[in-house]
Amino acid sequence: MARIVGGIACSHVPAIGAALDKGTSGNPYWAPYFNGTTPAREWLARLKPDVAILIYNDHANALSLEMIPTFLLGTAAHFPVADEGFGPRPVPPVNGHPKLAWHLVENLILDEFDMTIANEMPVDHGLTVPLSVTCGQVPEWPFKVIPLCVNVIQYPPPTGARCFKLGQAIRRAVEEFPEDLRVVVYGTGGMSHQLQGERAGFVNQEFDTMFLDGMVHDPQKLTQLSHTQYMRESGSEGIEMVMWLAMRGALGGAVREAYRFYHVPTSNTASGLLCLEPT
Amino acid sequence: MAAPRDYEDIPGTYVYDAERGRVGYHLNMFCMSLNDPENRQAFKADEAEYLERFPLTPEQKQVVLKRDWLGMLKVGGNIYYTIKIAFCDGLTFQDVAGMMCGMPKEEYGKMMLAGGRVPTPGNLSKGTNSSMEKK
Repeated sequence: MARIVGGIACSHVPAIGAALDKGTSGNPYWAPYFNGTTPAREWLARLKPDVAILIYNDHANALSLEMIPTFLLGTAAHFPVADEGFGPRPVPPVNGHPKLAWHLVENLILDEFDMTIANEMPVDHGLTVPLSVTCGQVPEWPFKVIPLCVNVIQYPPPTGARCFKLGQAIRRAVEEFPEDLRVVVYGTGGMSHQLQGERAGFVNQEFDTMFLDGMVHDPQKLTQLSHTQYMRESGSEGIEMVMWLAMRGALGGAVREAYRFYHVPTSNTASGLLCLEPT
Repeated sequence: MAAPRDYEDIPGTYVYDAERGRVGYHLNMFCMSLNDPENRQAFKADEAEYLERFPLTPEQKQVVLKRDWLGMLKVGGNIYYTIKIAFCDGLTFQDVAGMMCGMPKEEYGKMMLAGGRVPTPGNLSKGTNSSMEKK
């Protein structure tokens, strides 16, 4: 039987990927971030997952405003790395797990989560940066990856409460998969940041600390946050943190906090990293 | 029931909602077209002519040609899309962020290094909501 062995919340700032790709991750600006994320790489290596379900948002690369699925699941065997306007990131191609992905599609839809199905799609920094942060620079990714995209580009995104319930449904579906697989779930994006308008650069460390604590001890409380509360208190793009709640829902009730790291700034944002284990 | 737009009370913030999506669609699809290297080349060769390929309003064309980053948001631009013009120009997210809030690049960078733009009563609310949600 498949089971969820860990959850990772991780920012997906493109500049983090660029620092690795350009070899500047050791400079004074980036060294504190990459040093601070090292324990997460060690933890994940010890966990030895077979598959990751990676919850993220596409940034006008695989998807555009033409069609905007709220939840989309990638069922392909391979996902090419997207050219986001300056060439694809020099990272390994991403291999999927079609059998588990289709199992998720079937179970989630019958469980009333109406997933859009993607048989072909490129993956952008939203997916590859969290992989780079948690796996490092590797010749190939150490596990299969099932991309799950959430719309956070066109308002309104799904609510945090809805994302949390999706996570719970993912857990039910994974536990019914007959093969013996170790599964980790990523929730990406955040933490507080605002990329637009006169308020660009907004960072709220108090909110982020509250959110990190809530992710560990009281995610139900976080599911009550409204979209306006996210945007007001964590910046307009801080709303990406609803995707963290999808990961948290997949971990079940109590969790153990294996590692936490918080850093300001990574480009325009506050970065968070949280490693959780179900108990 | 109409969806609440209480987020309009957040200062300096342009939520890409139904209202903006309705007017900004073609502007953002123009930006999306710049993912293609051939289109980037065509745009650079003659910006005004390239913009004719898209049904934009005169105002939308003007803000693009003038690189009025804040103005783009006001006529339906979505930052994840308008940033593609900046990438085409060789600018970074931080360059554009500084220009949107009217800060020199260096000053903006210093603010981020010092922990970012911290919350203040003035940047949390315009004070326009009669029923501002409780923290």
